[in-house]
Amino acid sequence: MTTSPVHHAVLILEVDGAGAHPAAWRLDPAGPANVLQTNHTAQSVLAAESAGFHAVSFQDSRLAPEHGPEARLDAIQRAAYLGPLTHSIGLLPVTDAIYTEPFHLATQLSALDSVSAGRGGWIVSGTGNPVEGAAVGRDAVASEDLRAEIADVVEVGRRLWDSWEDDAVIKDVDTGRYLDRAKVHYVNFTGQRFSIKGPAISQRPIAGQLPIFAPEQLAEGHDAVLFGAPDLDALLAAAHEGAGSGRRFAEVEFLLDAAGESAAARLETLNCWDNTEPAHARFVGSAEDFTEFLRTLLPLVSGVRLHPAVLSIDAAEFAALVLPELRKSQLLAPITTGNTLREVLGLPVATNQFAAL
Amino acid sequence: MSTEQTTKNYIRLGVFFQGVNSNTVWKTPEAGSQTDFESFRRLAQTAERGLFSAFFLGEGLRLREHLGAVHDLDVVGRPDAQTMLAALAAVTTNIGLVATQNTTYNDPADLAHRLASLDLLSGGRAAWNIVTTDNAWTGANFRRGGYLDHQDRYTHAEAFVETAKAIWDSWGSEDIAATGRQASWLRPGAATPIEHQGAHYTIDYTSRLPRSAQGRPVLFQAGDSAEGRDFAARQADVIFSAHTGLQAATDFRTDITARTLKAGRAASAVKIMPGAEFILAETPQAAEEKRRWVKEQQIGPQQALAYLEQFWGESLEGIDPEGPLPSFDPKISESDVTRGSGFQGAKAVELTREWRETATAQGLNILEFVRVKSGRSDGTFAGSYTQVADRLEQFAARGVVDGFNVTPWLIPNGLDDIVNHLVPELQERGIYPTEYSGNTLRENLGLDALEPATTKRHSDKTIIEVGA
Repeated sequence: MTTSPVHHAVLILEVDGAGAHPAAWRLDPAGPANVLQTNHTAQSVLAAESAGFHAVSFQDSRLAPEHGPEARLDAIQRAAYLGPLTHSIGLLPVTDAIYTEPFHLATQLSALDSVSAGRGGWIVSGTGNPVEGAAVGRDAVASEDLRAEIADVVEVGRRLWDSWEDDAVIKDVDTGRYLDRAKVHYVNFTGQRFSIKGPAISQRPIAGQLPIFAPEQLAEGHDAVLFGAPDLDALLAAAHEGAGSGRRFAEVEFLLDAAGESAAARLETLNCWDNTEPAHARFVGSAEDFTEFLRTLLPLVSGVRLHPAVLSIDAAEFAALVLPELRKSQLLAPITTGNTLREVLGLPVATNQFAAL
Repeated sequence: MSTEQTTKNYIRLGVFFQGVNSNTVWKTPEAGSQTDFESFRRLAQTAERGLFSAFFLGEGLRLREHLGAVHDLDVVGRPDAQTMLAALAAVTTNIGLVATQNTTYNDPADLAHRLASLDLLSGGRAAWNIVTTDNAWTGANFRRGGYLDHQDRYTHAEAFVETAKAIWDSWGSEDIAATGRQASWLRPGAATPIEHQGAHYTIDYTSRLPRSAQGRPVLFQAGDSAEGRDFAARQADVIFSAHTGLQAATDFRTDITARTLKAGRAASAVKIMPGAEFILAETPQAAEEKRRWVKEQQIGPQQALAYLEQFWGESLEGIDPEGPLPSFDPKISESDVTRGSGFQGAKAVELTREWRETATAQGLNILEFVRVKSGRSDGTFAGSYTQVADRLEQFAARGVVDGFNVTPWLIPNGLDDIVNHLVPELQERGIYPTEYSGNTLRENLGLDALEPATTKRHSDKTIIEVGA
């Protein structure tokens, strides 16, 4: 096992909607429509930044969720909105790679990097779901083809981000040249389902390359893997198994005791409305026990993506009671204003694949 | 049109941050970044301080080329429009946020969703400037390549816009549960699938966003062909026109009014905002000096030769930019698309012969000729603040435009003198708003609220069919 990730774990807070539990919207004192209010998301993210989370993620899908609020603002736009309002926190939208235009996607993510001073990243999603395909008029992509298709989309994105060298804009008054065309490169990518000529239509991202997260089964060309498990024991086992092999982030939902009510009682109330199986391993209990669980988990992983069951309640409890304890235990990566998300994640400086040509 | 100027019309202003063009001055130290977010913030916040209606971003889906290589003489770099506007929504409060987006190389459901998202995120301030670029050269960056014939571009665009409108009108905030005790978040049956089956694509999509505070994004359109004008008359809320001179604007308004009425809409349903450049100073003399300086900055010797090369179709290296126009005819019969649509499809031989005659007759060398020729001659308002305000007052009195879309020649400070000096002059004359009239872009453009009839639907499914 390597030593570096052990003491520099990264906490990603998922801030979509009212929380991970499909009935969470019912408890929002500001009303059901609040999940679509930008202010609501902004407050959650600003609170997460103050509390010392390293990044927030924004879940998204081309299809309305089957459980919970059937509406979402675009994840890249939510992240972009938060760019100028925040200073240190990473912004990670979830975006489909299968049916989206790869050129648009790379351009949008590059702009997210720009508005956040290099704090943008990307969580790849891809289901190949035929209903999603029908929305954009394309055939379903078979599950065995998803990984290769994502590899193509990630590869072309990376080429486009590198297609302008850092010093491509020269503003040379004597020769009348704004751009040094020798430092702008066609990407000439040909994949299984698409080809792209390039170059990008804008400058290289501040971070050079945005950090790319991908679910374990779809991970190709990524910087970090997201993995989950049906329950907490299985999650720990998976963490043990994968420890030391690259950057790995565990996905965990959590529900804490709050305002004198036990987590179990809170869950019972929520489940009365909707007891759909959670998408991730779910912790239900006290802040102390969750801290203990994370003390065991964090040394085995690069970080966790935390899905609060009820965003307004569980994220606040975590920030007040769990996060400071983890910080005291010296398990967390430092927070520094002005760092790119790459730096927070401990990724090396991104060298430009075209610079040596 | 009103008989006398008993009621003065407002002149509203928008700002068009072009990103790629030959009019933005970059050879001077005041010229800032074309791509850093700070430039966008500075420009948008200055525009909002000046009560501008809209902040406009252009779009380019392929880096421009000149004689087969990346064009290197003009400003370049356009970060994704909607992503930048989403960030600007956080640091502005009233100004409209307009994204130029292409109908050919976007998927209707995805683009409609992103625009709806921007509209909600900004509290009803989003707009879409619809463009129809169709060439295969641009298509080389997209899944489908160049699949659309030029003559089909408006048929395709119209089907796209109709589909987008249906998606935006699917459901509203009234369909969201009022309390947490209701059975479901969204009223069952409220979000009906939108299906489109047409010659160019088939989609089946259920909207996952409600109508915004302004109903749907405002629609801008700029196409100037007869087809483009009819398309605008049927679909658009605002035309971003190229007819800036008083007479040209008057003729254009007459034409658009006729087309709008013919399309069954009220004449006031379509606003007209021509693009315009402003070169301002305290005195007429200072403004004239500044105008000449700006022109010199915009067109240097290299830019002048490159301008001609676009029509000659070959390198003119070795030709003296301070000498006469080339004595030989172009190799090409038509200019191509790779420097942008402004250069597209000119009859090169006839045009350049005409130019040679004009330049000889007026005694102009290449540099002087191109400085006269390029850019917008009647689209530039140059003069003292008072002179320009006087000219704009004529537009307001005639009511031939609803405003102007300012193309600043300097980024990011190019609006400062307009906001600091011209706007107050216009306000004193009663032809410019003194406050934002509302929170949404529709309100701030003086557009009527959308008809309630268009925002209610009772059938289970919306099916739009367009002939194959």
